[in-house]
Amino acid sequence: MRVYLDNNATTIVDPKVFAEMVPYFCQMYGNPNSLHQFGSESHPALRAAMDQLYAGINASDDDDIVITSCATESNNWVIKSIYNDTILNGDKNHIITSEVEHPAVGASCKFLESLGVNVTYLPVNSDGVINVEDLKNAITDKTALVSIMWANNETGMIFPIEEIGAICKERGVLFHTDAVQAIGKIPVDVQKAHVDFLSFSAHKFHGPKGVGGLYIRNGQTLSPFFHGGEHMGGRRSGTLNVAGIVGMGKAMELAVEALDFEKSNVRRLRDKLEDALLQIPETFVVGTKEQRVPNTILISVKGIEGEAMLWDLNQNGIGASTGSACASEALESNPVMEAIGAEADLAHTALRLSLSRFTTEAEVDFAIEVINKAVLRLRAISSTYAYAPEWHVSKL
Amino acid sequence: MGKNSLIGGSIWEEYSQKVQDLMNNPKNMGELTEEDAKNMGGKLVVADFGAESCGDAVRLYWVVDEATEVIKAAKFKSFGCGTAIASSDTMAELCIGKTVSEAVKITNIDVEKAMRDTPDIPAVPPQKMHCSVMAYDVIKAAAASFKGVDAASFEDEIIVCECARVSLGTIKEVIRLNNLTTVEEITNYTKAGAFCKSCVKPGGHEEKEYYLVDILRDTRAEMEHDRLLAISNAQIEGHSSVDFDDLTVVKKFQQIEAVIDENIRPMLVMDGGNLEILDIKEGDDKVTDVYIRYLGACSGCASSSTGTLFAIESVLQEKLSKNIRILPI
Repeated sequence: MRVYLDNNATTIVDPKVFAEMVPYFCQMYGNPNSLHQFGSESHPALRAAMDQLYAGINASDDDDIVITSCATESNNWVIKSIYNDTILNGDKNHIITSEVEHPAVGASCKFLESLGVNVTYLPVNSDGVINVEDLKNAITDKTALVSIMWANNETGMIFPIEEIGAICKERGVLFHTDAVQAIGKIPVDVQKAHVDFLSFSAHKFHGPKGVGGLYIRNGQTLSPFFHGGEHMGGRRSGTLNVAGIVGMGKAMELAVEALDFEKSNVRRLRDKLEDALLQIPETFVVGTKEQRVPNTILISVKGIEGEAMLWDLNQNGIGASTGSACASEALESNPVMEAIGAEADLAHTALRLSLSRFTTEAEVDFAIEVINKAVLRLRAISSTYAYAPEWHVSKL
Repeated sequence: MGKNSLIGGSIWEEYSQKVQDLMNNPKNMGELTEEDAKNMGGKLVVADFGAESCGDAVRLYWVVDEATEVIKAAKFKSFGCGTAIASSDTMAELCIGKTVSEAVKITNIDVEKAMRDTPDIPAVPPQKMHCSVMAYDVIKAAAASFKGVDAASFEDEIIVCECARVSLGTIKEVIRLNNLTTVEEITNYTKAGAFCKSCVKPGGHEEKEYYLVDILRDTRAEMEHDRLLAISNAQIEGHSSVDFDDLTVVKKFQQIEAVIDENIRPMLVMDGGNLEILDIKEGDDKVTDVYIRYLGACSGCASSSTGTLFAIESVLQEKLSKNIRILPI
């Protein structure tokens, strides 16, 4: 049995999404910007996809949802163009973000720091969430942008986005949110949240890889990141990824339709898995179930290094994730784990399990069995865990 | 960079089959007890290295024959990633049958080599080389405990890069001999810093006492100091073995002033003039620009920008360096 529990990294493309995309490779392959029939025959599907995307996040027709290659591009675009438009050419020089943003935001802010911009990284509590009072205190008349994620990729913790949006609106500060981990898991409404910019990526909600979007509120100027042509009304050049856009639209529609299913069924399976794993002694999960997106568990298993745990799970057909430094190419520890700081060992012992609407009960049962076995085996090897009685008898 | 570094996520694909097998079924995992030691007629030694909060921790158990100091049995326990477990297992295996003094000589490189499937293909990717270091450190801790000495006494040199086992002395020597100016060059010459990169600069995987950036800076400073000392000594001894172009600005000034005093000033003074040196600047192309001001009768003299100037320049070029340029202000 192969069980995929790494849906915060990427998701399976919904076969219904794939079916919608197929005609746009070998049949309707024209460039939509061409005037001839080969180009224009993809227009109905593109318009339908845009309708699906606008409806999915409750954007108004006067707002823009610009198609990008992924949320990393969207995040880079907002942060670097705010630098060009508002910081370089104005009197503002301050950006506020959190310590637990995705590197697409975090590293972009670090880059701007190297150019002389002041960046405030708001700390998080032991649940991995910022305190809105800290945000209020951090905003000054020099603040050009607040960029806070909607939900965290490692912990699944949901941030108080509506509250943050209201604060930013009141203080006249632009607000960007990286909603990659929220769309398809919880309702995302750009009007309620008063966001000016919102990034998302199709492959996190059962769409294809290589396509994403940036929501830009009506009236917000943002100089282009990609110059070159007339595509996307001149906001983002590059020949449209027609199949990708069609797929993303369908994926958005299906994801929004499935929100109730997420809240009930995915949540039930996630909770079943979580409750079962918390039966294992000396484990803890970051954040309460209610404050998290319904699919995510970040669990620390004392005495087991994250990469070793992933190894055992992989040997048994389970794909999961860890923030452990030993599992990163550069041996760098995960800043989210460090920011949460929970009992220090989280940075080495964290296991992230993320479900999707395609996860079955049988898969969850199998995962519970495999993880229990892995814990028994690896704790027996571990020098920092002393409670694996049957292994502790000398075999001499 | 290059083709093979553009697609990530391949760490596990670079583990040797031996590493994978040991990770799945470590042979020497477990504990040894006082009772085991008694049954085997030896002394129990238990040593720890690392901590969970560091991401790696290993415990080594030995039963040592006190008369011969032969390690009769070795077991380990390890908190760490797959390669840390495989390395610890291999380390324990390598200890068995050796004397304590022999075991202390086992290095992380021996451990890594023992895990190779074929002699010339590394058992682990570069960033995982670090995992075998702990195996080496815990042996020293065990030997120190057995012999009742400090673990540092087994190390007769300061190791800067533990992954590649490169000493401080080697790194400084390589910098000096090859006139190295970048950390990348040090890595190319010695392999120091090629693996976990902790020793390259502060802020890496692990905190270090010595970093390559600091060693490079300090060694370059020492080299510069030595160079200046050599110049100064050469001048004290009266024979200038050092090329004018390599002198410091102060020394250049002194030498130019001396030549002017001896060969040029007397002629100018005879005509009721003089000159002073205003500044000396060194260009990238080794040219030394000497800014001068004419005094007395020389200032305003028609020859001061032609014949006299060429004469001054050619004397200095002949006596000191052809790279001298005179610029009257």
